[in-house]
Amino acid sequence: MLLRDLRMASPREVSAAVASSRREFLRSAVGVAAGSLFSFAPGAVVAASRVSQPKAVVVTFGGGARDEETFAPEGQENIPNLVHTLFPQSTFYAQVVNKGILGHYVATASLATGVYETFNNFAAVSPHNPTVFEYFRKDLHRRASDAWVVAPSNGFNRIGESDHRSYGAGLGAGVILPKHLLASSIATGSPDYGHLLRDSYEAPFYTPEIAGNEVEMERLKSLLKLSVDDFAASAKNLASPDELSVYIARRLMREVAPSLLWITLHDIDIAHSGTYSMYLEGIRRSDRLCAELWKAIETEPEYAGKTTMYILPDFGRDSDTDPGGNGFQHHRTGDPLSRTTWMMVLGPGIRKGVVVDRPVESIDLVPTLGARLGFSPRFAQGKAMEEIA
Amino acid sequence: MNAMLPSQLKAESFANYPPEARSLAVSHLELLRQLPLILLPLILREAIAYDWRFPTERQELERQLAYLDGVDSPQRETLLAGFSRLTLSPELTASDWIDAPGIFSEQLSAYLWATHQMDSFRAAAESYAIAWQGTQTSVRPAVRRLGIVVLGQGVVSSNYPLFRKLRPEGTHFTQVDSSDGLHTLLAAVSARSSAQPTPYGHWYIDGGAAEVIGSGVTNISYAALQPVRKALFNRMQRVIESGSGGPEALRTLMAQTRPSDVGLSGEGQDAVLGHFQLTLLTEGSGTQIFSTTFAQWAAREALRRAQPATMLVRFAPRERQQPMNELLSAKHKATEVDPEGSLVDADMAAYYTWLNQQRLSGADQAAFLVWFEGHSQAVAIGPSLPRGTVSTAPTTLQQILGWIA
Repeated sequence: MLLRDLRMASPREVSAAVASSRREFLRSAVGVAAGSLFSFAPGAVVAASRVSQPKAVVVTFGGGARDEETFAPEGQENIPNLVHTLFPQSTFYAQVVNKGILGHYVATASLATGVYETFNNFAAVSPHNPTVFEYFRKDLHRRASDAWVVAPSNGFNRIGESDHRSYGAGLGAGVILPKHLLASSIATGSPDYGHLLRDSYEAPFYTPEIAGNEVEMERLKSLLKLSVDDFAASAKNLASPDELSVYIARRLMREVAPSLLWITLHDIDIAHSGTYSMYLEGIRRSDRLCAELWKAIETEPEYAGKTTMYILPDFGRDSDTDPGGNGFQHHRTGDPLSRTTWMMVLGPGIRKGVVVDRPVESIDLVPTLGARLGFSPRFAQGKAMEEIA
Repeated sequence: MNAMLPSQLKAESFANYPPEARSLAVSHLELLRQLPLILLPLILREAIAYDWRFPTERQELERQLAYLDGVDSPQRETLLAGFSRLTLSPELTASDWIDAPGIFSEQLSAYLWATHQMDSFRAAAESYAIAWQGTQTSVRPAVRRLGIVVLGQGVVSSNYPLFRKLRPEGTHFTQVDSSDGLHTLLAAVSARSSAQPTPYGHWYIDGGAAEVIGSGVTNISYAALQPVRKALFNRMQRVIESGSGGPEALRTLMAQTRPSDVGLSGEGQDAVLGHFQLTLLTEGSGTQIFSTTFAQWAAREALRRAQPATMLVRFAPRERQQPMNELLSAKHKATEVDPEGSLVDADMAAYYTWLNQQRLSGADQAAFLVWFEGHSQAVAIGPSLPRGTVSTAPTTLQQILGWIA
């Protein structure tokens, strides 16, 4: 069934059709025999990785990309690395449904807690439910330096730690906000970088209060062995805030080697400005950065062979056919396409070149991480994805 | 705070409305008193701007109110049951939904998301829309609608696969004589406005500086709005610098901005257009910054709201977005433009313009033309042209217009 014929279909039918399309698109793109690209039957469990001290790297796109620009035939030119390099090594969930609020901070917080958080997307608040970082550290008795978040904007500064009374203070992840660090490292009187450093593409003039586990420049200096001058000089060789985030993440992997690293990319969300070409550039950059991160995982001794990488957009974007939206620009209609996305999982014990058609939810990520890393996310509402858990 | 319920509405409740809006509300007072609180402000949001709405919008609101007036109470309760079942917070109930229905709508949206009621709201709205539209007879436009998009200004050559989404809908012409093409199109729009003079029935939107066109054509341009954009930025900057520049404060500021605050006409003959242009800049995202976004959104809103017979949109190169390294090296030039990126933006925008035109009555007879300015490529769509075909024969824009318009 073509996506454009789905206007009268139910949300569930739309989501299923999207998943089916993604599967077929991948089949045609990768060109493998039909038999080697199969769907898991529910209940088929892959043996969990038996590596000791397994690690996890989660990459989310804060700003979803639609199939037209990614997995559909005309979109595959934008994601050559995801399609041709990473997909053949991965288990691919073709139907990840987000039933929560489609705002980036609150949606990312929901991904990190396994509960659909309901706070104001633009409020400077911590998640109300324990985060994956708190479960990980408390259950496994990990030190603070073993869980980190690299996030795009100041609004994410409280994502590392919830305000839950059984967890919270002192149990969360450190948060690095590269754009905020960059702003603090730029000398007063420099040219106007407001456009570059603005916090949110959706509310470009929003300036949130900074508080939380955020790392300041002085601490970064000792943590990453990176001086302010070196940091600023490195930034001058990078084209975008997401490149800066990945640069920091790689430095963190080398110097600190955390077992749980969460990176949120955000360049794609330039789509809110309505410029299609910049949206496409954001997708291509995210595709390249995902491949770079996987390469780093495979080559860093602390990560190679024991790290699982999870790549997923936080949600989708509006379809062209919903008159209430304006196509790719926003994610405001709440239509099925804006709620249905995908996830790619790579690592030890993960079956390769596999597509899972059955619907899962974005809140299933934390229980899945719990099953693979060995902690109990007892307040999370999702279910572990049995194909990889 | 305004803790009023719909049933408590009086004629004086609308004292702050503009004259025609007040009259409209008062004449439907009994109906308004019976509407669910969640729906009423959404209708008032349209009503409060009645004095500055396009003729088609005014007619549509009048028809909608007449429809709701015409159904008996039990039937109306059934029709609007989906809205009645939704819950509202005490804060929203007590908010000033009479005089600030736009702000109520913004807050309602956030509340529905937060309480997981957005899907139910969508279902209620769709159900209501289907019922109401089912009673309406689709009125064919007096003339076949014509949409024209001109894109690619400043691009010498490009490998971008243009018109990929539109080609399946019509004929791809590859040998179009580009000489004097723009003036041919401008003249065609002027001629249509002269032949079928209708207020706001024929539009020309330019993402740069507008060319001369007939006086019967409603014309707006990004260049002409430069002082308005600057004034709007200054107002926003003041709120940001005040330290209370959260999204809600800025949205409120935008909603409260009057045309005269930013140098637009808010009264007299130009009031409708002044208010329309203001909404493009205060409600559109990115329209203040990028000319391609402005042109696309302006065309979308003009088609949706004014439902014109003719729409000509011409895209101009937008400002280039500097990569981070260039910005940090202070090598950037503020006025540098990006013709190639703008071509890609406009190509998608052309598709959206066609989609928006197809949402109007008479879609099966509507005509559409998109032309790569100064080049030989165009796609034309219309009932007389085969879909998904390519014509390599030499032709002119005048000939193509003759075939479709």
